[in-house]
Amino acid sequence: MDETGRATGSGRGALSEAGGGPAPGRGPVAARPVLPGPARRPAVFSPFGEGVRVYGLIAGMWVRSAMTYRASFLLTAFGNLLVTGLDFVALVLMFSQVDSLAGWTLPEVAFLYGLSATAFGIADLTFGSMDVLGARMRDGSFDTLLVRPAPVLAQVAADRFALRRLGRITQAVLVLAYGLLRVDVDWTAAKVLLMPVVLVSGALIFCALFTAGAAFQFVAQDAAEVQNAFTYGGTTLLQYPPGVFGKDVVRGVTFVLPLAFVNWVPGAYVLGRPYPLGLPGWAAFAPPVVAAGCCALAGLAWRAGLRMYRSTGS
Amino acid sequence: MAVDGGPGGAADGITGGAAGGRTGDGAVGGPEGAASAVRGDAARGGPSDGAFIELDRVEKVFDVRRRTGFLKRERRRVRAVDDLSFTVARGETVGYIGPNGAGKSTTIKMLTGILTPSGGRLRVAGIEPSRERTRLAQRIGVVFGQRTTLWWDLPLVDSYRLMHRMYRIPDARYRANLDRLVEHLDLGPLLDTPVRQLSLGQRMRGDIAAALLHDPEVLYLDEPTIGLDVISKARVRDFLRELRDERGTTVLLTTHDLQDIEQLCSRVMVIDHGRLMYDGPLAGLHEAGESERILVVDLDRELPPVDAPAPARVVKVEGPRQWLAFPSSVSAAPLVARIAAEYPLVDLSVREPDIEAVIARMYAGQGNRAASRPPTSIA
Repeated sequence: MDETGRATGSGRGALSEAGGGPAPGRGPVAARPVLPGPARRPAVFSPFGEGVRVYGLIAGMWVRSAMTYRASFLLTAFGNLLVTGLDFVALVLMFSQVDSLAGWTLPEVAFLYGLSATAFGIADLTFGSMDVLGARMRDGSFDTLLVRPAPVLAQVAADRFALRRLGRITQAVLVLAYGLLRVDVDWTAAKVLLMPVVLVSGALIFCALFTAGAAFQFVAQDAAEVQNAFTYGGTTLLQYPPGVFGKDVVRGVTFVLPLAFVNWVPGAYVLGRPYPLGLPGWAAFAPPVVAAGCCALAGLAWRAGLRMYRSTGS
Repeated sequence: MAVDGGPGGAADGITGGAAGGRTGDGAVGGPEGAASAVRGDAARGGPSDGAFIELDRVEKVFDVRRRTGFLKRERRRVRAVDDLSFTVARGETVGYIGPNGAGKSTTIKMLTGILTPSGGRLRVAGIEPSRERTRLAQRIGVVFGQRTTLWWDLPLVDSYRLMHRMYRIPDARYRANLDRLVEHLDLGPLLDTPVRQLSLGQRMRGDIAAALLHDPEVLYLDEPTIGLDVISKARVRDFLRELRDERGTTVLLTTHDLQDIEQLCSRVMVIDHGRLMYDGPLAGLHEAGESERILVVDLDRELPPVDAPAPARVVKVEGPRQWLAFPSSVSAAPLVARIAAEYPLVDLSVREPDIEAVIARMYAGQGNRAASRPPTSIA
């Protein structure tokens, strides 16, 4: 799960947390005449590194918590694999009736599906619990995160970290592998290199979406479903070839909410299929740029949301 | 396609089970070491050398939006904290009390950096909390009485290990602190017990230990004894006393329990409607409280204040409920008889002096004067 690490890493970097003010470095402590002060190291920790570290710590605690209910963990992980699997089974069933979907064959659709579902699975594993933020604000436990010396975004992202979501990734990777093995592609170095880049970029785009959704919950605390509509809804949309949808939908998904860069645009390039919107050739290599842009915007949204919380105390 | 619902089998860790609603209040405190001087009005206003917590005309205004109809909303400005000024010296233990909704919780949230003040100046250990929240976090400890920060499904010691690493507590210091806290809070047999199996009192002790592992200079305790049985309360208080006397930690404590204050705090601040109503030694508060009892009467509808025979008088009216103060030395019987005879009395109770009574009395004593400006102490 190399991508996981990388995705998380760079994701958090771009989105590094806002609230904390300037540097997290600990300045000199005011003189403490009476007490033996705690040894405070003057070391300066970058918010990014600190975020990743704390994310790891908290995620580890959740994993250990889940392991106290081992049977339940195994069952839900298996269930996760199974239910996401059914998703693809539905596609396969569809292809038992038709030979192609908007001109795309089953392996090609599997390839699209695999790219999107893997990217989404990684994002879901690392940032997928951000929809509990609203609940945390309502019951007041969000405040306990704010009094810890760690970036809030990292704490929220790691909240309810659940390894059972590996079920989804496993299933997605299997479908992707099937797609890669069966599609008829003339693999060039560029196309091969593009694959991991696309996966990481896609995961980042979804992470940004999760983060933006979480930020929106500062405005509307019961908006978790809105977020799910874009994340889960988005990945479902991407599992079908773009030609299935009307041009306006494709335009929206390309230019407004640029989910198309998760798999449609690079996928069309790799498979040598025309993209319905006639994008320039380099667009297939744009996913990292798009991902960086999304992360930056999501980071800004998160900062704004957090600032709003701290001034309204909702 | 969304497979993933809530937490599978696992219960909710961070929040733990007792994640009640938002708890009400916080506390602010801080004395200097053991014999903290009682600070009356005189002490204030002077140069604030050694002031560890400093509030200067701090205010917090919320915009409350209320739905008044379909798509119609009404905006209302609520001053949760209004022109609040006080200082707390390093090592002081201060009780911060007031009725629900008085602004205690908001004050604590501003002191911890959770909320940004709308106005005024606020410093804790020289740091502006809302701007440098993360840096400040290393130096403060917070215990929310009704909300545990311990990990529900994991042994108690695991939560401490997390603190160890999250706060980057040096190993030797962590071990020393843990040993000390385990001994003083009697946590030894509980360390390997999953938090969900702890009693409320055990969990509170566990939470307090978690908040102190990183040697915070100030500890905020929000209702630390709420819901605890007598023995657990005594344990928590004993420990806090030791903390005050031996470690010199500044403690700010909110509570509804006057005994907490009696046993722990040399200084009390009473806040109501976002304003400081009283700031001074416990003795003054106690006197004020003891001098009168309160008769609470529920009438069957809203009425103007009851016409009570002196020295009894109405100190507060809230809908059909009215509060009458009368000297502790006088029997309540004639007063009750008279009200029962002349008013549609539904229910009544007599309250021995407590914090609510003190506040009620302050209303009476200070009238609108209180509304005009800063802390006045009752002697």
